Order: sequence, then C-alpha cells, then structure tokens
Amino acid sequence: MGLDMIRKTIRNAAPAVAALVMGATANAAYDVDILPPASPIAQQIYDLHWAIMWVCIVIFVVVFGAMFYSIFKHRKSAGAKAAHFHENTTVEVIWTVIPFLILVGMAYPATKTVLEMKDASNPDLTIKVTAYQWAWEYDYLQDGVKFNSLLATPRAQIEEWQKKGEAKNPDYLLEVDNPMVVPVGKKVRLLVTANDVIHGWYVPQLGINQYGIPGFVKDTWFKADKAGTYRGQCSQICGKEHGYMPIVVVAKAPEDYAKWVKEQQAKNPQAAAPQQVAAAAPVAAVAEDPSRKWTADELKAAGEKVYAANCVACHQATGKGMPPAFPALDGSKVATGAKGPQIALVLNGKQGTAMASFSRLTDAELAAVITYTRTAWGNKAGEVQPSEVKAARKG
Amino acid sequence: MSAATHAQDHAHHDDHAHHPTGIKRWLFTTNHKDIGTMYLWFSLAMFFTGGVMALLIRAELFQPGLQFVNPEFFNSLTTVHGLVMVFGAIMPAWVGFANWLIPMQVGAADMAFPRMNNWSFWLVVPAAILLVASFFVPGGAAASGWTLYPPLIIQQGISIDMTILAVHILGASSIMGSINIITTILNLRAPGMTLMKMPLFVWTWLITAYLLIAVMPVLAGAVTMLLTDRHFGTSFFNAAGGGDPTMFMHIFWFFGHPEVYIMILPAFGVVSAIIPAFARKPLFGYASMVYATASIAILSFIVWGHHMFTVGMPAAGQLFFMYATMLIAVPTGVKVFNWIATMWQGSMTFETPMLFSIGFICLFTIGGFSGLVLAITPVDITLHNTYYVVAHFHYVLVSGALFSIFAGIYFWLPKFTGKMYSEKLGKLHFWLSVIGFNIAFFPQHFLGLAGMPRRIPDYALQFAEWNMWSSIGAFIFGFSQLLFLYNVIECIRSNRKAADNPWEGADTLEWTHLPSPAPYHSFETAPVVK
Ligand code: HEC
Ligand code: HEM
Ligand SMILES: [Cu+2]
Ligand SMILES: [Cu+2]
Repeated sequence: MGLDMIRKTIRNAAPAVAALVMGATANAAYDVDILPPASPIAQQIYDLHWAIMWVCIVIFVVVFGAMFYSIFKHRKSAGAKAAHFHENTTVEVIWTVIPFLILVGMAYPATKTVLEMKDASNPDLTIKVTAYQWAWEYDYLQDGVKFNSLLATPRAQIEEWQKKGEAKNPDYLLEVDNPMVVPVGKKVRLLVTANDVIHGWYVPQLGINQYGIPGFVKDTWFKADKAGTYRGQCSQICGKEHGYMPIVVVAKAPEDYAKWVKEQQAKNPQAAAPQQVAAAAPVAAVAEDPSRKWTADELKAAGEKVYAANCVACHQATGKGMPPAFPALDGSKVATGAKGPQIALVLNGKQGTAMASFSRLTDAELAAVITYTRTAWGNKAGEVQPSEVKAARKG
Repeated sequence: MSAATHAQDHAHHDDHAHHPTGIKRWLFTTNHKDIGTMYLWFSLAMFFTGGVMALLIRAELFQPGLQFVNPEFFNSLTTVHGLVMVFGAIMPAWVGFANWLIPMQVGAADMAFPRMNNWSFWLVVPAAILLVASFFVPGGAAASGWTLYPPLIIQQGISIDMTILAVHILGASSIMGSINIITTILNLRAPGMTLMKMPLFVWTWLITAYLLIAVMPVLAGAVTMLLTDRHFGTSFFNAAGGGDPTMFMHIFWFFGHPEVYIMILPAFGVVSAIIPAFARKPLFGYASMVYATASIAILSFIVWGHHMFTVGMPAAGQLFFMYATMLIAVPTGVKVFNWIATMWQGSMTFETPMLFSIGFICLFTIGGFSGLVLAITPVDITLHNTYYVVAHFHYVLVSGALFSIFAGIYFWLPKFTGKMYSEKLGKLHFWLSVIGFNIAFFPQHFLGLAGMPRRIPDYALQFAEWNMWSSIGAFIFGFSQLLFLYNVIECIRSNRKAADNPWEGADTLEWTHLPSPAPYHSFETAPVVK
C-alpha cells in the first residue's frame, strides 16, 4: 500500500510539476479565485474579498519589505552595529491608529452587504429546505412541489479500497438526481432546517451558506442572475456521508421554470401530499396511489430502489451493515419479526441513534422498502402494504 | 535585566540534590524542571500521534475516491487529530515551557504549588490515553469534528463518553496549572522584579493562565451538558425537549476563541524573547507589548460569534462580531510592528531560533490576514467550513504556535541540557519545515475559495490538483519532524558543551544568573534584580 502510493505520487506528480512550471495556474484545475458569482450578493462577496485581499497584500508587501530590508541590511555579518533605541510614543500611536482607520474603511462596505444579505423580505418564491442524513428535501411552499435530492454518483466510482474505481463522471460528487430548480431573476427565499443533525446548505456561486438546525427554521435568500447550474455541498459535518450530500441548483428562465412546475405537479396531483422520492422513474410509480394493494414483487422491486437511495449508506447493499455502528438487516430480529415494531422503527427512527425517522418517504415507499428488507438476502418474512404504513402513521 | 554575574554557588547543588532516581523520580517529582521536561516530551509524543493521523488524512485526500479509509474512520481521524494537537501537543508544550522558565525568569526556587504541579502533569497522561484508546472501542473514536457539536455527537457510542471524560481531566489539569502559574508569578518574584520588569514570556503566560481559568470551566460545562443529554434525559441541546443545538455552539466558542489565544499568546512571549536576543537590541516597545497582549486577551472574549455567522444570527449580531473581530487586528498589528522595529538597525544573526521566529512572524501574519478576510461576515459566509478555514488555522497554529515552540526549544536547549544543538541540522529542520508547510497549506486557500468543504474524505475532480500538492507538502513537513526528534536527542547526547549564555543578546535571569545546564534547584536564595 505504502509503496504503491509512492509510485502513484511520483506518477501523478510529474505532470503536475510540468503543469506548474509552464505557468498553468490559469488552467481551471489550478484555480486560485472564488468561483464566478451568480447572484448580486455573491458578486458583492466577490468584490469585498478582493478589496480586502488587496489591502492585505499591500500591507504585507510594505511591512515585510521593511523586514527583509532590515534582515539584509542590519545583519551582524554585514558589519551592522546595533542601535539602542526603543519606545517611541509617536510611532506607536501611528501604527495603532492607521490600521484602525483601514479597518473602518473595510467595515463600511461589509456592513452594507450584511444588511442586504439579511433582508429576506418580499420574496417571489419560498422554498423550504430540510436536511436529512444524507439527503436534501425541497418543498416549494406556493407550488405544492416537494421532492428529495440525493447524490447521483454511483458508489462504484467512489469506493476504491479493493480495486480502482470506475472512471469518474465530470461532476463526480457534485451531481444529484433531482436538482432544485429556480427562476432566474426572482428573489428566492429559503427556509432552512434539518431533521436529525446540523447540516449546511452551501452554494458558493449564489453566496449562500446556511446551517440547517434541527428544530429551528432559519431564512436566507438569493436571486440567480443568469440561467445555469450551480453546485455546492453540505458544509457542516453531519456524519459519515457528509462528503456525499451535494446540492445542485438549476436556474431557468421564468417560462421554463413555470413549465417545470407544471410537470412536477402533474406527477403529483395531490398538492397536499406531494412527496416523491429519489430514484426517479420506478419510484415515481410508487407515489401514484397509496390505497391500492400491491403485489409482493412490485413492492420488492420498488423497495430495492428506495433502499439503494436511503439505506445503503449505513446498512449496506449486502444488508450486512457495518457492525457495531450500523446493524445488519440480513437476519435481523427486527427486520424479520413482527410488522408493527418494524414499521414504527423506520417511520419514527430510534432516538439517540443514527437510525433517523423516514417519515418523509411516502407510505408506498416505506411499504416497499420494508418489504424489501423483510424479503431480501436471507430474510423470509412477509410483505407490508402501504395501507399498513398509513395506519401506523395515523396511530 | 541586571549585570551578568554568575551565582556560582548554585552549581554544586546538583551533587547533593536529594531526589529519588529511576521511575520514581518522574512519578513523584515536584521539581519544576523535571515536570517541565515531562510535559515537553509528552507534547512531542502527542505531536507525532496527531501527526500520524494528519498524514493518514492527507494520504486519503491525495486523490479523489476512497482509497485507504472509510468515511467514518476519516471523520474520527480529523476529530482526534484536532483534539490531540490542541490539547495534547500545543497546550502541554506551553505548560512545559512555563514550568521550566517561569521560576527561573522571575528568580523563584520552584513553582508555588509543587505537588499540585505533579498532579497537573500526571492527569494529562490518562486523558491522552482515553482520547487515543477511543479508536479501539465499538463505534470508533469521536467523529463529530473537534468542535463536538450536538446532535451529531449524541448519535455516537461510548467513545464520546471517553472524549468527554478526557476533556474534563484536561480541564482540571489546566486549571491547576494556571493557578500555579499565576501564584508563582504574583508571589514568588525575586526582589526588584517588578511586574513591568518581567520578561514578556512571563507576562504572556500570566495572561494566558487567566484565560484558561476563565474558559476551561465553560468547556467543562458544555461537555457535561452533552453527557447529561446523552445519558440522563436532559434536553439542553435538543429542540424536541425545548433545548437548542445553537446554544452548544455559543458555549463551545465562548471557550474556543480564547482557546486559540491560549495557544498563541505564549508564542508571542517566546518570539519577544528571541528577536531581541538575536538582533542584540532591546525589544522596541515593552510596555505596548504588554498592553497589546492584554487587549487581545480581553477582546478574545467577545468575538466567538465569528464562528457562527452561518447559523442565521440577526444582522446586529453579525455586525457586532464582525467589528469586534476586526478590532483584534489592531493589537496584533502592534505586535508585528514591534518585532520588526526591534530588528530594525539591530545587529542580527540567524541561528535556528531566530529563523523559526522570523518564519513565525511572516507566516503567522499570513494567518492573521486570512483571519481578517474571514472576519468580514459576507466573505466568511462563502468560506465558512471550507479549506480556506483549514489553511487559516494551520497558519496560526502550525507556523504560529508550533514554529515558536520549535524556536523556543532550540533557544533554550542549551539551558535545559547544557549542550549545544547542531546548528546545521537545526537550519535544515527549519527550511524543510517552512517549505513543506507552505506546500501543504498554501494551496488550501485556493481549495477553500473554490468551495471545497472541510472534513470530507473525498472531493470533486476540480479540487484534485491542489489536494495532491497539499498532500505532498504534508508528507515533506511530517517527515521533517523526525529530524527535529533526532536533533534533540543528538543534542542531549553530544559533547558540545554550551556556554552559560551562548547567545550574545540574551539577558533574562536564566541566562545571566545560572549555569548551563540549569542546576536541579535554582534560585534557592533569590537574586536581586536591579
Ligand atoms: C444513518 C445511518 C442509517 C440509515 C441511513 C438507516 N439506518 Fe436503519 N439503523 C441504523 C442504526 C444505527 C440502527 C440501530 C439502532 C439501534 O441502536 O437500535 C438501525 C436499525 C435499523 C433496523 C433494526 C435492526 C435491528 O436488528 O435492530 C431496521 C429494520 C432498520 N434500521 C431499517 C432501515 C431502513 C429500512 C432504512 C432505509 C429507509 C434505514 N434503516 C436507514 C442506521 C441507519
Ligand atoms: C503535520 C502537520 C499537520 C497536517 C498535515 C495537518 C493536517 C490536517 C488536516 C488534513 C485536517 C483536516 C481538515 C478537515 O478535513 O477539516 C486538519 C484538521 C485540524 N488540525 Fe491539523 N495538521 C497538522 C498539524 C496540526 C497542528 C500542529 C495543529 C495544532 C493545533 C493542528 C490542528 C488542527 C485542528 C484544530 C483541526 C480541525 C479538526 C476538525 O476539523 O475538527 N493541526 N489538520
Ligand atoms: Cu454534512
Ligand atoms: Cu475565533
């Protein structure tokens, strides 16, 4: 392993050295700047950053210019004799007051931006963002559209413990199944919260980084300047998959946005229960009619998808879990036991453990995933119908 | 201070120093020099422990994808690396220096409470064992980041309780150490050693000790609430029970920000001793250095909110914490200007301690500037919890605190051991460290600007190049530290006898009044400072 790494290091280092020598820092891969801003606030952040950077650079050059001048001039080997001056009130007052004034100069524009950032009033559109371990849920309050957004990069590209991973997608780790879609030029207010632990909704190009705190709703806002796709990630450590909950915002022209909303609503006629999940196509089917009786095979097939999107991170595709932190479901007493406690567990989670509540999934999805875990691997328990989940939810 | 007259009568004390030998000497010692030595070796051991974790992290981050560790273990590595470096490496190193130097620099025979001093040290050891052992319990070591935020931390297993216990023990140890230091400084100074004649290292530690006493109980309170939330059904930080996770952040950072000054103020003291010694010129503004240190300490209590700009606090809160944080730049600037004015028209030489001190001034200032950038609330919003922050705090902690620890070790090794270190190897250690450090951490600014979050085991492809460089630099830096270990051992074993004052410009009591090595008992009769 060690040797292999050194070899890899050398193999990778050679082109990098070459690139650097050729002054390739202009190359995107050697980016040294904030990403191009895509909202008015992000633009102000960008300008503030460079304003203060330039002040720092100038001070640095002047102060350390003086120091290095002194280092070269006032060295004993160059025959310098030590002077003995010390304490000079005038000098000391000057070097206290000047930095203070510079700081006041910097605080002024920063204050204006802070006040603007905090003003989330009169939005054109409000979206509630709820963070879960490890998915984002977007709820368009006015439009009755609600969906989950999960990492879309396949595990096979990520895990390279045993063997080299598959070739990585260009947007490796920054791609999701269902992006947040917003209209360009409209003020979008976000209500950010979380279900389990603290997360951070962070999209640098839109100038937003907002913690989602369980039990509290915080608001923030942005206005996308131009159509485009803006990517970000969860910014606050939230457990093992923290590195794997990206955020993608697609800004569309208002007409296209309206069209998108129609499509979403069509998928989901009941605005009151507009939940759909992750793994797009097959699971969309899951959402159609919760009162229908499902066949075991239907449930299993849909359940496998739901499981892959929501449970594998902890319980693993093999159902073997990662004991002792995450128990195996294969052979688990709960997963093969009575339906009631199992439905309750998945619906409500277990306080004080990483097993969170999955009540955000629809009845059909829950029934499907529970059926799947009851019947997959070596498990041989019976299926669970959406109606049973519905009843449990009520009770 | 005063004329260089050697108190020769101290030298013979060594002969009939009545102390046990072997392991008992170290277990039961109440001698400030023995305890100082133990603290310093302990700190070095912890530095390597935390260093191994850092290199595992950097190995995983060498390229995208997961090659070596799983995400959970990765989170444990960052968490315990942070805790070990802060509480195991940097803080004990400063307590080690305090033990060795404060009694000698104020002309006292020992610390005020020698037995408590022994306790302070021996408490640190089990705490460190608890931290490291937590890797081996079911569920693995704490994986919440060193900030220990709930509710995430509530989810984990027994290792969290071990971590909480460790923090409690460390806090008790720090408080005892601080009481000892404050009492020693205030009561055991030699005749004539007025407060405003004390060496700056003593001043900075006096202020640091007050900070410790003020904030360690706050941290203890925070982790106790975590403990009761975990096991006794309270809901301090649980919204469902009427609590608030944000409250933990407030309490933690009310401790956390002064904590970073606890790690850096003694560094200011060391650098303020070394620069005049090698410039052969008195410190430019002694009094203003003392006042600047005190102002920084006081301001450090009202800036904690800059770690919380993204929780969604009201505009007034954001503005207050932004202004307060920016204000700290003023006394910090005063310090840097003072050091440079001290060098100005001096007669400088560049032995290893001086090199590390100059490295400190330049690189710490870079860390200070990135801190100023982060103080600007809107800019912090876009950089919070990204690699920019990781770069920032490593510039202040590694090239700040750690470099000045190296500077101090090289500076006082002759006094500690009576031997001279190898100047050639010392300089090599310096250059490898500076180069490795900058390759490792400078690119992290760019990663942060481009939006790479911290505490992630894997990253998007556009971050690959700078991460590769960062890992290369980290390995250069890490392995160079083996040279430091070698230098210290080589120095102890060599037969290059050090002069009582090997530095032309050093003028504090330990140089002017004591032989090298400093005898086991020094200043049993207090020197008179004129
Ligand atoms: C964040 C990690 C995580 C995720 C994601 C997760 N679980 Fe769990 N699960 C746990 C943990 C931890 C436990 C053990 C709780 C305890 O201590 O009793 C658990 C326990 C269970 C159990 C009981 C197992 C037993 O034998 O005690 C079932 C059944 C279960 N989970 C089903 C699911 C299903 C279905 C999903 C997906 C919808 C899921 N879990 C997603 C972490 C997770
Ligand atoms: C060999 C030198 C070092 C290297 C290569 C190194 C590397 C790292 C890395 C890669 C991280 C993880 C960043 C992240 O994912 O958020 C980290 C975190 C940290 N390091 Fe270091 N580090 C070194 C030395 C130090 C030292 C001397 C300190 C002194 C206090 C220190 C303090 C911290 C802290 C406080 C954290 C934050 C932990 C957290 O995120 O909870 N490091 N370091
Ligand atoms: Cu996260
Ligand atoms: Cu702070």
